[in-house]
Amino acid sequence: MRSTVATLLRKELTLEWRTRESVPAMVLFSIATYVVFHFGLDRDRVAGDLASGVLVVTLLFAAILGVNRLFVAEHEQGGFDGFLLAPVDRTAMLVAKAVALFCFLCIVEVVALPAFALLLLGPPLTQALGPLVLVLLLANAGIAVIGTLVAGLAIQTRARDLIVPLLALPLLVPVVLAAARSATPLLQDGGAGELPGNWMATLAIYDLLFALIAYAVFDFLLED
Amino acid sequence: MSTTEPAVQLRGAGRRYGERAALRDVTLDLAAGQTLVVFGPNGAGKTTLLRMLATLLRPHAGEVRVLGHELPDDGYAVRGRIGFLGHEPLLYRELTGRENLRFHARLHRAAPARVDELLDAVGMRARADDPVAELSRGMVQRLAVARAVLHEPELLLLDEPLANLDPAAAAQVAPLIGPGCGATRVLTSHDPAGGLQGADLALGLKAARVTFLAPAGEISPDQIGELYA
Repeated sequence: MRSTVATLLRKELTLEWRTRESVPAMVLFSIATYVVFHFGLDRDRVAGDLASGVLVVTLLFAAILGVNRLFVAEHEQGGFDGFLLAPVDRTAMLVAKAVALFCFLCIVEVVALPAFALLLLGPPLTQALGPLVLVLLLANAGIAVIGTLVAGLAIQTRARDLIVPLLALPLLVPVVLAAARSATPLLQDGGAGELPGNWMATLAIYDLLFALIAYAVFDFLLED
Repeated sequence: MSTTEPAVQLRGAGRRYGERAALRDVTLDLAAGQTLVVFGPNGAGKTTLLRMLATLLRPHAGEVRVLGHELPDDGYAVRGRIGFLGHEPLLYRELTGRENLRFHARLHRAAPARVDELLDAVGMRARADDPVAELSRGMVQRLAVARAVLHEPELLLLDEPLANLDPAAAAQVAPLIGPGCGATRVLTSHDPAGGLQGADLALGLKAARVTFLAPAGEISPDQIGELYA
């Protein structure tokens, strides 16, 4: 399955590089949202739970843009049929799409995180950066798995743009909650605190649970 | 598959879309190496039949056996032995022709050298590195032919394979998908003379039902014409 995943992932990244449909939109959305918060909250700086909430929720909504487009090429250009005709494990598509979305989110955060620090964050990011990256990687994993599963389901319907947020947002509430709670002590005034192990564990377990669910049901989403 | 077993065997096969029957009660045997040509007006069930044989649609009635395997249960065993050329080219518009063929070659574990060999065979070597979105429909169809035969399939399912091709291009792809290609073929056509050429068996479909099934030599152009009346 590894070579199939590599083949599909290379295609995903090439298509995104050529079309630039998802990542730039996600980046621009994130930055625009931080600008709106900057003026909307009428504050130059935020910290603690407000900072972590603004950071994580913005990234979640940006991710929805990518989730919406995840299977569009497959649906509109016959990619599903081409893949289904090949003698390969169908779960490879789930893995490749989830890894691609994970990569897109990481790229978005490379730009969005400094923008957040510049526009809104009070405490310096440098001390919290290492643990915060760990939190965001776990959050990205959850968003990627759940997003791929929901996108695979929604692409079969006519109301994709409606179905994706309707299904994905409730399923992603625990990810947002755990990621925001994990990040709160890192973004406090007066220096970064310790990572809360219980919330990090919750995030990791939720990611794992949905990875198993997605693995079990994804085949059926591709079935006629 | 034993040497005597038909490459395609249908027993009362049918398929619905919701409440509407798209194909009803099709029974036929097609021996390995033979060609079945399917005639019928739009909406008669030709594409549904091909997609069912390609494992892309589940049969809702009857039995479907392809290359000795029952569908849909043994679908995995026949994927990779089927070449499917449908209305859609199954090529990504933003990738080049070569990238598309390499992508499908990797999925089918076909030799990389096969890509260049087929680009030459369909006369697309010179435009192989252009994005598919920039090619004419005829060029895209030639690439789609190359994609369908990349893995040297035993069964070719061809839905109006010469659509969009000029006579020279049609002649160019004939060795790959024509009567002499060596594979068992099921193809759809609206052209009585062209469709019957090289066919062993002819099937007429109208409103999802079989109207005739006979050796191709016994079918007259008038019988085919009646399907469209």
